[in-house]
Amino acid sequence: MEIKAIGCEPLQLRQVLAKDGHTLKVYRDMGGYSSLKKALGMAPADIIEMVKTSALRGRGGAGFPTGMKWSFVPKDSPKPKYVVCNADESEPGTFKDRYLLERDPHALIEGMVIAGHALGAATGYIYYRGEYNYLIDIMDAALAEARDAGLLGRNILGTGFDMDIFTHTGAGAYICGEETALLSSLEGFRGHPRMKPPFPALEGLYACPTVVNNVETLTAVPEIIEMGAEAWRDLGTEKSGGTKLWSVSGHVKKPGVYELPMGYADMEKFIMEDCGGMLRDDKKLKAVIPGGSSVYIMNTSQILGKKVTLDYEGLVAAGSSVGSGGFIVMDERVDVVESTRNLTEFYKHESCGWCTPCREGTDWLVKIFDRIAAGGGRPEDAQVMLDLCDNMEGRSHCPLADAAAWPIQSAIQRFPEDFKKWLWKNTGSAEGKELTVNA
Amino acid sequence: MAAVKPSDYTNQVAVTDEVAEFSPEVMDEIRSYLEKYPPDRSRSALIPLLFVIQRERGYVDNPGVNFLAKFLNLEVTDVWETATFYTMFNMHRVGRHHIQICKTLSCKIMGEPDITDHVCSKLGIKPGETTADGKFTVSLVECLGSCGTAPMMQIGFDYHEDLTVDKVDKILGEFE
Repeated sequence: MEIKAIGCEPLQLRQVLAKDGHTLKVYRDMGGYSSLKKALGMAPADIIEMVKTSALRGRGGAGFPTGMKWSFVPKDSPKPKYVVCNADESEPGTFKDRYLLERDPHALIEGMVIAGHALGAATGYIYYRGEYNYLIDIMDAALAEARDAGLLGRNILGTGFDMDIFTHTGAGAYICGEETALLSSLEGFRGHPRMKPPFPALEGLYACPTVVNNVETLTAVPEIIEMGAEAWRDLGTEKSGGTKLWSVSGHVKKPGVYELPMGYADMEKFIMEDCGGMLRDDKKLKAVIPGGSSVYIMNTSQILGKKVTLDYEGLVAAGSSVGSGGFIVMDERVDVVESTRNLTEFYKHESCGWCTPCREGTDWLVKIFDRIAAGGGRPEDAQVMLDLCDNMEGRSHCPLADAAAWPIQSAIQRFPEDFKKWLWKNTGSAEGKELTVNA
Repeated sequence: MAAVKPSDYTNQVAVTDEVAEFSPEVMDEIRSYLEKYPPDRSRSALIPLLFVIQRERGYVDNPGVNFLAKFLNLEVTDVWETATFYTMFNMHRVGRHHIQICKTLSCKIMGEPDITDHVCSKLGIKPGETTADGKFTVSLVECLGSCGTAPMMQIGFDYHEDLTVDKVDKILGEFE
């Protein structure tokens, strides 16, 4: 597997690529914790302003501007405040945070303490997905090193600022990557999302003001402080600042974690050259899911020759979105009905069951896919599935129902031939027939 | 080896009031989790402690749950409510080595079906079953965040990646 920066110097990947980058000594030798020192000398409002200027957007999937999220935390609240790192990386196709957590834990600690100073938080939690158990030991060792060196705990670097950070484990629930479900889980409850508003910035962990950020979002913060907000932003584009990690899997020669400047051109070159091209030379590209499973699937006419730029605006214009940056590349051997069925099973399994449209909708969708796969496809199935998706999208407390609907909607629209093959299996030729009523 | 279904292992004896007991070392470990959370928020330690129960008792059993309810000052149903939500908690005994094969898209298209077939035929069981000697359980699970090194499986907490049939033989051979 490749780990590599293309089109920029490795920033997020600097320690990841270094030998023993997870140790305090190497991290400090490479300039680590100098941003913390600088940040502790700054006014909290100035740090938030810097993060706003940097155009850093949340790297977990939603892409919400981080500086704005931080600015929602009330400054005058008498309640304790919390910084929570979302290390519940579970989006199919995404594995970038795993390498940051394994090989660069101090960057996360530094980013969280800077966030703590900016927000007035004295406590931070890192919520790991349960399966990432081995990474918790690595982080606990790094936290102990940081405490011993006066970088964490009481009177950090002699400035009088106190903050401590603790690791916490989930136990196998994709939904806990949704920030309010994560907080329910961190409080020891089932991982059900909460009603919003109130947003976590006002009432989050223990009903106190809380910021929840992805691992990659927080590890970018020390870079921003070190380089300056404008310099970091200008690595990317005006609205999508900095660099971003992309996880690449599936049918390419060189799967891996790639750091690219935001706005990297173009998607075709990235797959066909940077990632080594198609795994088998005799098999052509068929489909790409560029942002983890919860985004629209793309066909080749949306990619090849289209100079798609890899940033929030570029991928939306091309018909998908950045999501968590998990590229799943599929060659012509893949049947998109089968691949969409696989993802629908995932969402059915991971639906927390709280909202009826999501719980029942994903279950019915899987039932329809199962019947189709067993050879019982009917011409009206595509329309029935789209109607089900309509009744799910936007009708649940969290975006899991949307995430289940989008792959199906886009697959039917963009790969009609795959669906026709299955749905007309028992009713003669699909020639000249419409897959959907409202297509 | 003959297949044993989870239900054969369940031993669902009548609900018991028995409370599990632990060694002083384990009790120290259990108490250490409370230090992470505010004193009035000890329920936060529930999920980490359920892992301790599972490790010590083999699965999340009734006496273990009774212990946690008492220790964290919760109702027994509070503990069950949380425990049953999370797929990593087993409510029945599983094999000493729990093999979890990722079946989500990237692994699926990179050869998961061949790996699953091989593991299952080698052990003589189907996904969801435990070998008669109680050594292995095989489960198919959703994405474990190892898509770039697909196909993969997790045994216990250990990741095994870039799997091939030969590699599976070698890995399973080490458990003999």
